[in-house]
Amino acid sequence: MQSELQIGRKSEVIAKALVNDADGSPRIEKRARLFDDFIRYVLLFCGIVSIFTTLGIVVVLGRESLLLFSTLDAQGQPVVTLGEFFFSTSWQPAGLKFGILPLLESTLMTSFVAMLVALPLGLGAAIYLSEYASPRVRGSLKPILEILAGIPTVVYGYFAVTFMTPLLQGVFGRDTVQFYNTASAGLVMGIMILPTIASMSEDALSAVPRNLREASYGLSATKFETISKVILPAALSGIVAAAIVGISRAVGETMIVALAAGAGPNWTMPPNFFVAAETITGHIARISGGDLSYNSVDYDSLFALGFALFIFTLGLNLLSRYITNRFREAYQ
Amino acid sequence: MTTTNGATAIDLKSVKVFYNDKLAVDDVNIPIYHNKITAFIGPSGCGKSTVLRSINRMNDLIPGARVEGQVLYHNKNLYGDNVDPVEVRRRIGMVFQKPNPFPKSIYDNVAYGPRLLGIRDRRTLDEIVERSIKGAYLWDEVKDDLKKSGLALSGGQQQRLCIARTIAVEPDVILMDEPASALDPIATQAIEELMRELVKQYTIVIVTHNMQQAQRVSDYTAFFSIRKAEETGGQERRWGVLGEYAPTDQLFSNPKAEETERYIRGEFG
Repeated sequence: MQSELQIGRKSEVIAKALVNDADGSPRIEKRARLFDDFIRYVLLFCGIVSIFTTLGIVVVLGRESLLLFSTLDAQGQPVVTLGEFFFSTSWQPAGLKFGILPLLESTLMTSFVAMLVALPLGLGAAIYLSEYASPRVRGSLKPILEILAGIPTVVYGYFAVTFMTPLLQGVFGRDTVQFYNTASAGLVMGIMILPTIASMSEDALSAVPRNLREASYGLSATKFETISKVILPAALSGIVAAAIVGISRAVGETMIVALAAGAGPNWTMPPNFFVAAETITGHIARISGGDLSYNSVDYDSLFALGFALFIFTLGLNLLSRYITNRFREAYQ
Repeated sequence: MTTTNGATAIDLKSVKVFYNDKLAVDDVNIPIYHNKITAFIGPSGCGKSTVLRSINRMNDLIPGARVEGQVLYHNKNLYGDNVDPVEVRRRIGMVFQKPNPFPKSIYDNVAYGPRLLGIRDRRTLDEIVERSIKGAYLWDEVKDDLKKSGLALSGGQQQRLCIARTIAVEPDVILMDEPASALDPIATQAIEELMRELVKQYTIVIVTHNMQQAQRVSDYTAFFSIRKAEETGGQERRWGVLGEYAPTDQLFSNPKAEETERYIRGEFG
């Protein structure tokens, strides 16, 4: 076998693999690459499908919710106006009262309690993992966090009813704490969201380049000064993103609130976290699970709720973009 | 400032550095003289950066790193039991290989160190920031836009910003770890000129891969080299040693060790 390479001459295998024209000159003209084109269109199709399904859902939500506002009652008046929908405090489909506030209030209450638990604990866990934990500890804790994030929410719902509620009743008394209440649902929802926030924030913190830490230590910063003045500001956009994902999950979470928060809208002012109250998602889940007739006002009202929820989370996402662009200290 | 001839700012006495109990640098003895530039040169892996980082205890940040011997500063061993690395770094500053300004404004970059020292008064900070940036010969380029992010500057400007940030706390000694290796020739020249200015007030230790740079800027040069040994099992063990230490012109014109001569002739690196 000839293995010696001669200068200016290609070895046999390479020469065989290259294509020459009939006259022996190298073939470098354009040629069709069907497989490449095919892949390109397959990927384009994937992108289009996801965009159009999303758009389709938004269109359906919007159209069906418009139906609610165009329904007239026996006197020929609209059943509900936009103003009433957003500002009246009673939601009783049977009595043709469609004020979103009681549902929105309990959604905000459960989400608030959840974030009260998840944000400080999650961020604290993230800081510990990324800045204090030894590589070995981090290596074993991070996967556990990610497994926790995968527990089905119905399990958390049971946990709220069978553990958290009795606990709250034990601490504050059965007279104060109803069996179904927003505090219990919110606390457990916070525990559910915690791993997500911890894991995402940890990623953001770990991504801060080592040379920024060195710069800070080199200027005689302590560990905590480095974390609070350099690492957290540099990781802020990731942390805000984690918080927004957490809030969005809290607002959209259904199973826990359906099981533990209560059935039936309840407007309390000032907010009472220890009484039963139904969230937007909880209400949609309960009503659409019943025998609801297609094209009834109640049916349309669910779409209006869904649409409002969608606008709400969309707004949160836009807000997070604004916050991150405005305050982040981009390090690259 | 006049120099006290022979007065050392730092004394490295039998310094050994270990990573996870493996010897990385063996038995280094170097005096670092006041208001002089001392250059550490040598091939890759000879431990010159490791020794530099042992001077302000930056090696503490590397898990498994351990230093034996003494690094004497004002007759105190920096590796003594009750020495706080944070306090050490207040007096021995560092400039890194890759410019690493914080993603903050130019002003906040320079004010970072003084603020850590507890200086809060706006006017005092303004003065320190201006003086430091002027000291780093960056003032004319940035004076109108101190609110701009430090990352918006060019590489050479960023490195001068990092130097301004370091001198803002007026350290006794400035350690520079290949400060110009990521810069173009013009920016490199600016940094070298700056070093010659700074040495009037500060003591500087610089690690460099560039022998011409060591020759141009430094007063003393320490040449590090690599020792190898076969271990049982056929594995090779490598560690750095101090090959030669002398005034710079002497080391380059009349090296005592053959290895030094071969290195400065560019026969290996």
